[in-house]
Amino acid sequence: MRPFVYERPTSVSAAIAMASDPDAVRVPPTGASTQFIAGGTNLADYMKLGVARPERLLDLNTLAEPALRQIRIDDDTIRFGALVRMGEAADNNDVRRRCPVLADSLKFAASGQLRNMASLGGNVLQRTRCEYFREISWPCNKRDPGSGCAAMEGSNRQHAVLGTSDACIATYHGDFAQALVALDATVDVEGPRGRRTLAFAKLHKRPGETPDIETDLAADELITAIEVPLARWSTRSRYLKIRDRESYAFALASAAVALDMDGETVRSARIALGGVATVPWRAREAEDALQGKVLDEAAAQAAAEAAFADARPREHNAFKIPLGKRTLVRALLETRDLKG
Amino acid sequence: MNQAAPTPKENQGDPVVRIDARLKVTGQADYPADIVTANVAYGALATSSIARGKVSELHTRDARAVPGVLDIVSYGDMDKTDKPKFGNTGASSIGPLHDKTVFHDGQIVALVVAETFEAAEEAAMLIRADYENERPSASFDSKGVKMEPAAGKSPMFKEDAKAGDFDAAWADATVKIDEKYSTPTQHHNPIELFSTTAIWQGDQLTIHEPSQNVTGWKVELARQLKLDPANVRIVSPYIGGAFGSKGPMTARTAIVAVAARRIGRPVRCVVNRMQAFGTQTYRAETRHRIRMGARKDGRITAFGHEAWEVTSRPDPYVVGGTSATARMYDYGSVLTHVSLVHADRNTPGYMRSPPETPYVYALENAMDEMAVALGMDPVEFRRINEPEKEPIGGKPFSSRSLIKCYDQASDAFGWSKRDPRIGSMRDGDWLVGMGCATAIYPTAAAPCAARVRLTADGEVRVQCGSHEIGTGIRTIAGQMAAERLGVGMDKVSVEMGDSALPPAPVSGGSISTASVCSAVMKACDAIREKLFAAAAGRGAPLAGSGNAKLDLKDEEVVTETGKSAKLADVFKAMQVGALEEYAEFAPKGSSPEALGKLYAGQSEFHGGENDEDSVKYAFGAEFVEVRINSYTREIRVPRIVGAFAAGRIMNTRTARSQLMGGMIWGIGQALHEATETDQRYARYVNRDLQDYLVPVNADIKQVDVILVPEIDHQVNPAGVKGLGELGNVGTAAAVASAVYHATGKRIRDLPIRIDDLID
Repeated sequence: MRPFVYERPTSVSAAIAMASDPDAVRVPPTGASTQFIAGGTNLADYMKLGVARPERLLDLNTLAEPALRQIRIDDDTIRFGALVRMGEAADNNDVRRRCPVLADSLKFAASGQLRNMASLGGNVLQRTRCEYFREISWPCNKRDPGSGCAAMEGSNRQHAVLGTSDACIATYHGDFAQALVALDATVDVEGPRGRRTLAFAKLHKRPGETPDIETDLAADELITAIEVPLARWSTRSRYLKIRDRESYAFALASAAVALDMDGETVRSARIALGGVATVPWRAREAEDALQGKVLDEAAAQAAAEAAFADARPREHNAFKIPLGKRTLVRALLETRDLKG
Repeated sequence: MNQAAPTPKENQGDPVVRIDARLKVTGQADYPADIVTANVAYGALATSSIARGKVSELHTRDARAVPGVLDIVSYGDMDKTDKPKFGNTGASSIGPLHDKTVFHDGQIVALVVAETFEAAEEAAMLIRADYENERPSASFDSKGVKMEPAAGKSPMFKEDAKAGDFDAAWADATVKIDEKYSTPTQHHNPIELFSTTAIWQGDQLTIHEPSQNVTGWKVELARQLKLDPANVRIVSPYIGGAFGSKGPMTARTAIVAVAARRIGRPVRCVVNRMQAFGTQTYRAETRHRIRMGARKDGRITAFGHEAWEVTSRPDPYVVGGTSATARMYDYGSVLTHVSLVHADRNTPGYMRSPPETPYVYALENAMDEMAVALGMDPVEFRRINEPEKEPIGGKPFSSRSLIKCYDQASDAFGWSKRDPRIGSMRDGDWLVGMGCATAIYPTAAAPCAARVRLTADGEVRVQCGSHEIGTGIRTIAGQMAAERLGVGMDKVSVEMGDSALPPAPVSGGSISTASVCSAVMKACDAIREKLFAAAAGRGAPLAGSGNAKLDLKDEEVVTETGKSAKLADVFKAMQVGALEEYAEFAPKGSSPEALGKLYAGQSEFHGGENDEDSVKYAFGAEFVEVRINSYTREIRVPRIVGAFAAGRIMNTRTARSQLMGGMIWGIGQALHEATETDQRYARYVNRDLQDYLVPVNADIKQVDVILVPEIDHQVNPAGVKGLGELGNVGTAAAVASAVYHATGKRIRDLPIRIDDLID
């Protein structure tokens, strides 16, 4: 691991001031010389592997603002401070009762140990686990722009079929983000140029020709909170995660589903897909296909077909298309059968 | 009943608690990299990023500039040492720093030594190599591989087993199966990382490194470094998982020793998880073609097993599991052939039940396919083909309780409730499938020495250079001494894992219980004789007991007639404070040099199919239930039952634990474990536990182990068959059969994953 400077700011404004750098706006946060660290479950790993090479780390765990560590629930929103740990949010009974898909997407992620360390702000910014990205001797457009993509014709069973580009097919592996993008969550961001609220759906960027630019954030901007609006679909919601083993594995395919039902008819559906796409993936085509329909297996199937209409498989990941569809069908039917 | 401590049945020992259980669970057991060493420097490896070619130039300037870097050992620096040898004690003949040729991905190009671990790692990352790159061959289907027959390439695989006229029987068979199977590359991934700590004191070298063969390594390392073996000591008191990976010594050990000598300080090198994939051994990738012919009544008349195995360019590592598959059933005729395929890969090696796991997987799958083709219950099919004698040499089995295992396991499992129709069993959205398979493992033993001391106050110390790799051998050796010397386990201490102790064979091939216990028993019996002679002598406490049989119990010498003398009094009469005996055990059939070879670090195995009088195997039967989601097709294993017969069971607790661990591993082999190789570059891709999957707790539900009583006086004096490698044989085939039963899909290539079942 390369040596780095380690500092512990005590407030959000101090952290931002310390990170502020005229260059920061031109470099993606993952390439900046000063980077934030919270749980460290992703960044420390990538620093050891030489993938992340910050010269200076600002530890957010010493920030004093209490709101960063709070979960606030009122009639129409759940608001998570960015330093709330995954484990705390997953185990929060009110979160589970009011919006099960949020709790499940956290509970089915990582391991207990990791959930106790990882912050929610860091969790949504986790970087891909693509093995060609992780090992620095491979070419990788995300790690080393312009060097090529070793995964494209390589071992790509884990890779994405949606939102890919000719430059990158790396999967976004997170689970919580699928629930957030489905539920129209927003993120509060603070930076030297002020405070802004961003639709969660705008936070991550598809790889396109610049897979190294992963988010809409500048290097000196900090996520302070994530807010989820509660609505009629929140309680009837579920996260289904399909993986090679029963726990502690990334999704091969997953679905976050929330339904507002009028009897057997779908008034409104919220759907996101994990394990199959390069970014948290809102399946609006599937939502549209369900609206006003009686939710039976055929309707679920039609929605799944719509969701994967643009999927592009590679040599080893073609199974993700039928698997992704079946995962969505199962998630829709299981969510329908929950009490509203 | 405490499930972890099964009540002993006939010929089974007490479930004595592991002697080192508390130390291990409280973190007080010192593993080799934990040993506190003054003034230690840290090593980190730099490894190749190509699989075939030559290093034209190595750039080390940036690495040397890292503050704290003390030395870099690379090309030229090992020239005064001898290259490693491939064999039982050496993982590969590749001397990575003796030669700039790159034979495989992840080959060592340098060792950096620094004041801190972090500096060493940083500097190792800064080492860059220029290569003359050649196109590598990754595996079976790659251009440029070299194929040759395996027979005769390894002393352990002399010939392809054959019997009768296979071609004629195959032509005549009414029902035929002709199918191909494959098993992937697998890495052991023990939780304890690989490490070497080298400490020089003058000419004396001490190596702390997790090892399954301290005596063998001592001799091999002395050869490489041109030292007197008496000046080399290998210490490995606790091992955090080995499974064969710590059996043969790798090139790293000598490199770290040279580094320590160069800088005049101890050097510790802990290899990171990713680098272990290229610098250690692994389970070879295998392919199989099985042809099986049978009559309508279920009798097998022809069995053909051809196989292909990937190995490295220079080393002929042979898996060779046809020795066991050819002797499993009453086949009529047998034809086998094993081929090696040399590719640009590191040399594979032993991994828990090395030959049996992949080969029996293929055989037992074919057995299930044949049972289906015959419309016969798979258990009944095996019963019909149960042999009187093994079909290759016509020798009897020293004991064979396979059918008893099937009966007891199928009862416990509830096999009779299985509806044999494909896809007929269902629980809501879950398809239910049930399958079974046979487990087999050869019973062998090797020469072993042990020293036992008994003091007047009943303290027992057992010393033996075997290795506690997690099997419980330390406990069992202590149990043997406690039983023979009539003291409680609380009075027994056992020292192992040090080449300064009496030599023991490699802890592999499931030979340790038989070999170590036989040696310990022999030493204890010598102590008993001395004690009894003294106790019954003139003027002694039991003088006049004459011919009455004596025994040791509760720290007393006791007679058949109920008289007794305290141990302390017998010692007083002898005017000694302690008795110590050194014993050497050699299995029946050992060569005259066998014991001499033990001190030279070579283990001469006896047993299995190689003895004159009989073939010796342990057997088991495993039954598995799988559940497969009808939508998303993930496979789960809610329960598995195994019944095993392995002669005398020394300790029902450790035996159950070994077999249970084996079955869990078998589930992992069936559903999870596989090292992915990038076929273009012959490089491993999933080199971490994030993507190299093994089962986690949530994957394992009910695991039942039945210990079937068996008495076998032929195998060895202790009457034990090893079982450390029995439990994971056959499991994957049982899972594959259950998957077929649930879905109608026969998956012949491991691991079985969602990809195979979804469409």
